[in-house]
Amino acid sequence: MAAAAALEAVAPTGALWGLVHDFVMGQQEGPADQVVADVKSGSYTVLQVVEALGSSLENPEPRTRARGIQLLSQVLLQCQSLLLEKEVVHLILFYENRLKDHHLVIPSVLQGLRALSLCVALPPGLAVSVLKAVFQEVHVQSLPQMDRHTVYSIITNFMQTREEGPFVEELFEVTSCYFPIDFTPPPNDPHGIQREDLILSLRAVLASTPRFAEFLLPLLIEKVDSEILSAKLDSLQTLNACCAVYGQKELKDFLPSLWASIRREVFQTASERVEADGLAALHSLTACLSRSVLRADAEDFLDSFLSNILQDCRHHLCEPDMKLVWPSAKLLQAAAGASARACDHITSNVLPLLLEQFHKHSQSNQRRTILEMILGFLKLHQKWSYEDKDERPLNGFKDQLCSLVFMALTDPSTQLQLVGIRTLAVLGAQPDLLSSGDLELAVGHLYRLSFLEEDSQSCRVAALEASGALAALYPVAFSSHLVPKLAEELRRGELDLTRGDEPTKCSRRLRCLQALSAASTHPSIVKETLPLLLQHLCQMNKGNMVAGTSEVIAVCQSLQQVAEKCQRDPESCWYFHQTALPCLLALAVQASMPEKEHSVLRKVLLEDEVLAAMVSVIGTATTHLSPDLAAQSVARIVPLFLDGNISFLPENSFPCRFQPFQDGSSGQRRLVALLMAFVCSLPRNVEIPQLNQLMRELVELSCCPSCPSSSTAAAKCFAGLLNKLPSGQQLDGFLQLAVDRVEAGLSPGPCRSQAFTLLLWVTKALVLRYHPLSSCLTDRLMGLLSDPELGPAAADGFSLLMSDCTDVLTRAGHAEVRIMFRQRFFTDNVPALVQGFHAASQDVKPNYLKGLSHVLNRLPKPVLLPELPTLLSLLLEALSCSDCVVQLSTLSCLQPLLLEAPQVMSLHVDTLVTKFLNLSSSPSMAVRIAALQCMHALTRLPTPVLLPYKPQVIRALAKPLDDKKRLVRKEAVSARGEWFLLGSPGS
Amino acid sequence: MVGGGGGGVGSGLLENANPLIYERSGERPVTAGEEDEQVPDSIDAREIFDLIRSINDPEHPLTLEELNVVEQVRVQVSDPESTVAVAFTPTIPHCSMATLIGLSIKVKLLRSLPQRFKMDVHITPGTHASEHAVNKQLADKERVAAALENTHLLEVVNQCLSARS
Repeated sequence: MAAAAALEAVAPTGALWGLVHDFVMGQQEGPADQVVADVKSGSYTVLQVVEALGSSLENPEPRTRARGIQLLSQVLLQCQSLLLEKEVVHLILFYENRLKDHHLVIPSVLQGLRALSLCVALPPGLAVSVLKAVFQEVHVQSLPQMDRHTVYSIITNFMQTREEGPFVEELFEVTSCYFPIDFTPPPNDPHGIQREDLILSLRAVLASTPRFAEFLLPLLIEKVDSEILSAKLDSLQTLNACCAVYGQKELKDFLPSLWASIRREVFQTASERVEADGLAALHSLTACLSRSVLRADAEDFLDSFLSNILQDCRHHLCEPDMKLVWPSAKLLQAAAGASARACDHITSNVLPLLLEQFHKHSQSNQRRTILEMILGFLKLHQKWSYEDKDERPLNGFKDQLCSLVFMALTDPSTQLQLVGIRTLAVLGAQPDLLSSGDLELAVGHLYRLSFLEEDSQSCRVAALEASGALAALYPVAFSSHLVPKLAEELRRGELDLTRGDEPTKCSRRLRCLQALSAASTHPSIVKETLPLLLQHLCQMNKGNMVAGTSEVIAVCQSLQQVAEKCQRDPESCWYFHQTALPCLLALAVQASMPEKEHSVLRKVLLEDEVLAAMVSVIGTATTHLSPDLAAQSVARIVPLFLDGNISFLPENSFPCRFQPFQDGSSGQRRLVALLMAFVCSLPRNVEIPQLNQLMRELVELSCCPSCPSSSTAAAKCFAGLLNKLPSGQQLDGFLQLAVDRVEAGLSPGPCRSQAFTLLLWVTKALVLRYHPLSSCLTDRLMGLLSDPELGPAAADGFSLLMSDCTDVLTRAGHAEVRIMFRQRFFTDNVPALVQGFHAASQDVKPNYLKGLSHVLNRLPKPVLLPELPTLLSLLLEALSCSDCVVQLSTLSCLQPLLLEAPQVMSLHVDTLVTKFLNLSSSPSMAVRIAALQCMHALTRLPTPVLLPYKPQVIRALAKPLDDKKRLVRKEAVSARGEWFLLGSPGS
Repeated sequence: MVGGGGGGVGSGLLENANPLIYERSGERPVTAGEEDEQVPDSIDAREIFDLIRSINDPEHPLTLEELNVVEQVRVQVSDPESTVAVAFTPTIPHCSMATLIGLSIKVKLLRSLPQRFKMDVHITPGTHASEHAVNKQLADKERVAAALENTHLLEVVNQCLSARS
């Protein structure tokens, strides 16, 4: 057996010799890969490769020797894991010896050593030996860049696991002489090395070991103190990296200088980056000191370090108007955020001071600054959890903090109130801090703030958010102190409604509704607020109230927000669904019934806007249902619409049957939108009963010419269901049904527009899921662009195809939406659109441009950029199109391209300047704004290209400075300002 | 027109190293009227203030608004009469930057307002030692034009008017 294996191994070595010869003497590169592959696969051993190389390694011609070693090194780089310890020793001896060789050979020798430095089987002591040889034989600093890189790789590899003891200082010197990196890649650099790559590689070496600390830290301090911004940043970032491996031992001698440098940078800098990096370094330093394990008798440098920081910063906190107040607070917070211990140490010193300062200062803006600082420190406490309740450091300050927050909440200054609200939310988030008395007070304030007037909008929104956050934590407090008050308020609102309206009361009702939904963040609260909202809606429907569309919509919006909050909890989700849906459907069915005396409100419920609001409630309440609960619900709702089965509705005595698909009354047909909202939001695996019948009815209704909104709802519903069906016979059947209906409808007749709408929605459903039939339907749609009657609608249809819907065909509603569908649509259809444009007659050309504009507008800009050269001439032509939509869409397409591809665009500068300036006096305000934004973006083109136009542009832009619309003037000002700066000193 | 020599920009020493700072007002909220194509919006004090509030101070990394050098209440404007008057308040009464700040405001308005406007930029009465002299220089069209011919001055003005990175 062994003999046979040996024979097998020997047999192909002839081929190996051939490969080696071709590489070394024949100067071919290919054989190297073959040799590597053969060694990897076990056909040859490394030893056999060495033997095959034999004479070329000793050849008197250095180029040949270099080539031989190069091959061996390449093999080792790929196969070093196969080496035995004994082989490693021999190879290292060989390579160390070769370091003395001709300089042509050195690069390959270093590559070989790099390969060996990766070996797991490296015997102890050899790393030192290799490094000794490298430093002795080679002058690293004068090697070419590639080879220096190899040496650093060898060092880094050894550093990760091995001993570098005897060479710390030498290693530090050869590496640190490059710090900080000052390198700008030459133009056309074939290696593509960026400055950032070098910075990161060098940082990895410098920060790889604590043994460099005594040499590195003084260097870093020196560079932070230098005048060069990049050196400061690099040093601070390197210090940050070092803290990951250092301990107190390494840092202790340098702490005062490090602190002095960081403090100075943060206090004095004008650069946000220096500030951010300085704070990050301080954070890491503190974290490092907090982490170190100390001997029992050792001094803990954390305390003295923090005391130093406190001493230098705390007095600035007492001057809330002064410039140094914020840098000081940020420094303290950076340190306090590093560990629980640091946080305690700093806050226990700072909080009493800040509390005292708050009372010392009486002006609102000073108090606000102080409270903002307090808030910053409180937020840091959220990071640490304290096992022992009594140890929580904030307990001692609780009463003072609460009274201060309540003071802020009643201050006349909105800004101070705002910080007060945020602070209250943070205090509430601390476990077991607030007492029930504090909570009752807090809820009272939040109630009051929820009704603030229009001019304190930001405060009211913050109060609603805080209510939501706190109600989730303290449901009992909100149930007992907030919900009853809001219920009372709502009842008063209902009384007002019956008496007729006043605008202030109307907005008060609106706020009450918002407050109810905002606090519905806990399941137990939802069980109180949802019935209130539904009851309110029913009351409004009782007939004697004068409720407008907006009132009903407001209730629906609140319901929708509650539904959204219920989505997180399956139980609440089902509760909402089975409570709200029957009620809403009952109200809608009731409203759709023919009656002698139609109350105003009942008609309101059937208005498009109100239906849209109800659609959104139903959708939100359905998407998160579990499939089995959804199946229960679908078994009731589909029969309601198909068979008029009203048994599950809470109020179900109606004067006549509910038959939206058969009945002639348009009111009932409109409610198909609600069916759509429900079935199109169901999870994909929920089976829909009577699907065949449903789909047929929907297609039928979609082409019914009497009421556009119900036929559109039917088409959308059909498309929404189609999108989710698995491929197969059933789907194909429905598609055939739709295509036949569309073709019949598009022929001259009364329902062309309905057939077009069905085509559009079915196309969208298929485009989203990459269905093979989608291209055929898209072509049909594109053909309609030259239709004299439907052309403009077809052009706008492209906008619908490319945009995201909110009610059907959404990802949230479990539709199949492939992420790249826009890109794919673009690739598949833009060539045809462009071709169609060129072939079209003059009167329908704008339809093609508009269609194209819609496609381009929705496309991610990175996808568009490479296509730019082919499309640009068309876009420039589109700028001359008289259609505002085309102009606007083209401008918004060109604007990012000016920013991202200035070189390409500068070829067309003449056209661009002229057309943009023309459009800046368009009758449409939106076009004027977009044109001026493009004029602004033009300044990104290379200055020499622009300078010839500067006087002309500055003159022309004087006109829009006097535009009658402020928003246009604003764009004109910023565009003109930038043009003034072009080529001017100081810009 | 600005006193050359020491103490100027770039000499390293700040005259007022630790000034009071004020809050920046937010973006002007867009109203329904502003979005309506038909309704004309007149040029008002807030609009003028928005033009000048983000001008950078020549010696601090702060805006004129943050230093309270400009305030909306010190802007008088009449759109029908095409007049604008802006009073600015130097941070300290001996501020050598006063002329430069005034010049920056003036240039910003020249570049941003329709030509029909007559503009007056002056120091808030009683807030600067050489108030009268500075006002006179700022009101002198030829001197302003000459100042902008000076490359060094133009450079500083442009820096004050550049958007902060």
